[in-house]
Amino acid sequence: MIGLASAALLLLNGRVAGITGIFAGLLEPGRGDKIWRALFVAGIVGGAASVALLRPQTFQFELVRSPALLLGAGLLVGFGTRLANGCTSGHGLCGVSRFSPRSLLATATFMLAGALTVFVGRHLLGALP
Amino acid sequence: MKVSFSALGCGLLFGAGLALSGMVQPSKVLGFLDVAGAFDPTLAVVMAGALGVLVPAQAIARRRATPLMVPRFAELPRLRVDGRLFAGSVLFGVGWGLSGFCPGPGIAAAGVGLRDALWFLPAMTAGMLLFRAWEMRGQRKPVDETGIPVTAEDHRTAGS
Repeated sequence: MIGLASAALLLLNGRVAGITGIFAGLLEPGRGDKIWRALFVAGIVGGAASVALLRPQTFQFELVRSPALLLGAGLLVGFGTRLANGCTSGHGLCGVSRFSPRSLLATATFMLAGALTVFVGRHLLGALP
Repeated sequence: MKVSFSALGCGLLFGAGLALSGMVQPSKVLGFLDVAGAFDPTLAVVMAGALGVLVPAQAIARRRATPLMVPRFAELPRLRVDGRLFAGSVLFGVGWGLSGFCPGPGIAAAGVGLRDALWFLPAMTAGMLLFRAWEMRGQRKPVDETGIPVTAEDHRTAGS
């Protein structure tokens, strides 16, 4: 479904389904193309909310992170994805599917950094469940 | 108008996909990243499935002169592999590994009211604004010789 959605946005609207870029465009004052961006983001929420209504068990799981950690992580994700010009969707799916060298490097880097973070936090420090 | 509807439709499909695939579940994402421990490969399958659709879609896009609903494909910035790409991806990866959220699932889960995402999403937004401020550093609002700031419209043209 994620692939179909990204493919449809590309072939219909000619746009790359990169969440970072689409969302960040909403934060830029004076941009004229906010409507489709806002609708795409609203769609993401609506799609997830529909699943939550139809299959509530999808959103029933244990939460394992403290607010302080989430705030710090959020800052890193927001700043990092903008600096790198993309995240899991833009680089990891859209870029990799074009075999873009930048996206291949970015995807390998954030996956490795994520895996290392989990390794250090979970196994070396034992601090993060 | 049509473009807006299709953006909404794509968003709906994307959000439902994120939820059904388990991307909105931080503990599952962390399991995917935990290659040395309780590795959960299901998200690799999700990603492979998405790429299985996208690779042919990109091939079609390359062959078509135009998308179906707008005059042209959005031009992608031609950027080089550089330190920014690498540093940004490291920062993002660390944040992803700490929280289990990347931007799409963060938005989807916060919209559904998931507690952890309600902490994560405002911080992510702040991180993006911080980046913007950092990138604009030094670029003071231009003033003309009388010290009156140039109008917003001039400023925009100057910046683009």
